[in-house]
Amino acid sequence: MLGRSANGIFWMFRYLERAENTARLLDAGFRMALTRGDVASSDEWRSVLVTIGLDRQFATRGGEYTGAQVCNYILRDRDNPGSVLAMIEGARTNARMVRTAITREVWEATNESWMVLKDLLARPVRETNLGETLGVIRRQATQVRGAMDGTMLRNDIFNFARIGTFLERADNTARILDVKYHVLLPSVAWVGSSLDHVQWDTVLRSVAGERAYRWLNAGRMDARGIAEFLILDGRFPRSLAFCYEKLRSNMASLARDYGGETRAHELLRGTGSRLHQTSIESIVEAGLHEFIVDFIACNVDVANAVAQDYRFTE
Amino acid sequence: MKTTQTTTYDEMFDANGAVRPAYAGYQDWYGTQDPSWLRKQSNEAEGFFRRTGITFNVYGNDAGEERLIPFDMVPRIITAAEWRKLSRGIEQRVTALNAFLHDVYHRQEIVRAGKLPERLLRQNDAYLPQMAGFVPPGGVYTHIVGIDLVRTGPEDFMVLEDNARTPSGVSYMLENRETMMAMFPELFTRVRVRPVSDYPRRLARSLAASAPPAAKLAPGQRPTVAVLTPGIYNSAYFEHAFLADQMGAELVEGADLRVVDGRIAMRTTRGWKPIDVLYRRVDDEYLDPLTFNPASALGVPGIMDVYRAGGITIANAPGTGIADDKAIYSFMPEIVEFYTGEKPILQNVPTWRCSEPESLAYVLDHLAELVVKEVHGSGGYGMLIGPTSSRKELAAFEAKLRARPENYIAQPTLSLSTCPIFTKAGLAPRHVDLRPFVLVSPNGIDITPGGLTRVALKKGSLVVNSSQGGGTKDSWVLED
Repeated sequence: MLGRSANGIFWMFRYLERAENTARLLDAGFRMALTRGDVASSDEWRSVLVTIGLDRQFATRGGEYTGAQVCNYILRDRDNPGSVLAMIEGARTNARMVRTAITREVWEATNESWMVLKDLLARPVRETNLGETLGVIRRQATQVRGAMDGTMLRNDIFNFARIGTFLERADNTARILDVKYHVLLPSVAWVGSSLDHVQWDTVLRSVAGERAYRWLNAGRMDARGIAEFLILDGRFPRSLAFCYEKLRSNMASLARDYGGETRAHELLRGTGSRLHQTSIESIVEAGLHEFIVDFIACNVDVANAVAQDYRFTE
Repeated sequence: MKTTQTTTYDEMFDANGAVRPAYAGYQDWYGTQDPSWLRKQSNEAEGFFRRTGITFNVYGNDAGEERLIPFDMVPRIITAAEWRKLSRGIEQRVTALNAFLHDVYHRQEIVRAGKLPERLLRQNDAYLPQMAGFVPPGGVYTHIVGIDLVRTGPEDFMVLEDNARTPSGVSYMLENRETMMAMFPELFTRVRVRPVSDYPRRLARSLAASAPPAAKLAPGQRPTVAVLTPGIYNSAYFEHAFLADQMGAELVEGADLRVVDGRIAMRTTRGWKPIDVLYRRVDDEYLDPLTFNPASALGVPGIMDVYRAGGITIANAPGTGIADDKAIYSFMPEIVEFYTGEKPILQNVPTWRCSEPESLAYVLDHLAELVVKEVHGSGGYGMLIGPTSSRKELAAFEAKLRARPENYIAQPTLSLSTCPIFTKAGLAPRHVDLRPFVLVSPNGIDITPGGLTRVALKKGSLVVNSSQGGGTKDSWVLED
């Protein structure tokens, strides 16, 4: 396949994944803001912006940290190149570019997502329909994924799509965990307080993991358990370990197909084995924040190596 | 020269309102349908096209804006006998076009014989000196041709235009049929229509048959075919992607290609892979910045050298524009006769070349009755339709004509045939044309039964171009 097509499909799925994760994060922020006072909720909205890396941009623009302003900025603001709408457009533009690499069903699901969301986000979103809007974004992402799963040949095209998906997802989960842990908890004194519990509940919700976690842990909410769940539990589809297991298998499939491994395989193995060989105790001991910062950097290295080894650009 | 017809030929109904034989089966079916259900289907067709992304981009509008070409659900129907005659005429014309191209880039016998003024070649931007003395692989110049036909009477099909460069619209021919079959499956069990769906397969086969000497294929090995597109903002991008997808070929852009070891290669995830046949949807001018427009970012530097050395087949060959130029068009009857030794089966529309003083005088005298076109224009832009123009517009055009007469040709305002479209008030006649698609390979000429019918959706309008409010119809050729 063309290097440019590989690049296109890789980014198409990164954008879709990021759009979906952003919607989940907003949903969690929204839920939290509902249960708290004005001052605290503005902190929460700020943290949502920090997690997606848009806080500085938002501050420059001079907005207030209210639900309506933050949500509209993140979802649909034309001045925000990282808005959900811009990502859906990015995904769709890439899909058009690689139209010959995807099935008609994947294309139609992507195109329809864009049509639906463009309409839905044509006007400002009010708090009363925020939940519904975010639901539509999640459902549309699910449709594309379903079309992908049900109709695409399991070849290099599919592998590049999945590699894009899981690199993006690992990055997003890591950022959510880092922001909540590092930025939000005002001091160690808060650990174990009710605020702490609410915060962790939000973290789980923003990765759609609250039910799974509760089911596994019978109602216990503690920072360490949740960090372990999000980083190391290979059964949870948004954990770092799960993403890296998927990356390993998709990259292995590429290596079989192409008759050899590349530098990207080596980097991936390095980062993946660190997830395997560590425990939550040693992570916390060495510093969760440090661990995550390092992980995100390694994840970026893997992405760059894939792009280079498979000739995404000249 | 006869200049106008007074009555319009309707393809479905005769002068007494009786249905013509070609439409009998359709009319039987139509009469039994509930009009409100048909209206609903008609409205749903648009949603179908939007979802599947069958859109085109409009130049001059906001970048990336995509529009639909309106689809009308009443088919345009041609009988088996009519089609037999048409396809004979098309085959003859396409044979002549290729012979003409070979000749103008070699000995120019037609000029020596005094049948074509030399200045039409010498002073023509579409004539590429880089092609002189070169024979494209398999001797084929126009691998894909679209012949625009209009009808003015029961037996009167005329060629309005030859498209020998990069004719577009074939994806609409295919999707219109798909749409009709999805909306009205039972209709196709009642009326036997010749299929068009194997066009992409025929195109792939036809392109593969023109592989270049450098391809050196092992027995049973298929040549590597790629479709070159200017990119996703091109007006016909949907079609480029559609054809590549249907043929199982790569869809490439100029930036994906470079010269590697005397071949044109594409950058794949496994490295550089040579291409044997390039179906390019990029104009000559942008094909090679080293040879043509140096500012072009759409083409491949050096491709013309590789081409001339036998390293790749370019379809259509560069320089084929000289055959569909409107000034050359007026010589087509002579061209057909010169190369085939036969009388043309399909007539030309009578054409005045304004470069000739007598013709210019006539055209200026009769401007209000005529259609005047730019020699190098296309898409219905830059033309004058005398009968529907104001005095001011006529005067302005007259000034342009006097300033550069050689830049224009004139034709009578034809009374194009009509075919009904479906409106809220039922069937209503609108003017149509027809573009059949023709494939040429060293093995012969292959014409897909049908083509693209374009229809002027405005009552009385003669402009069928999609860029100016025209729509399309499914085009049927009936089985015998």
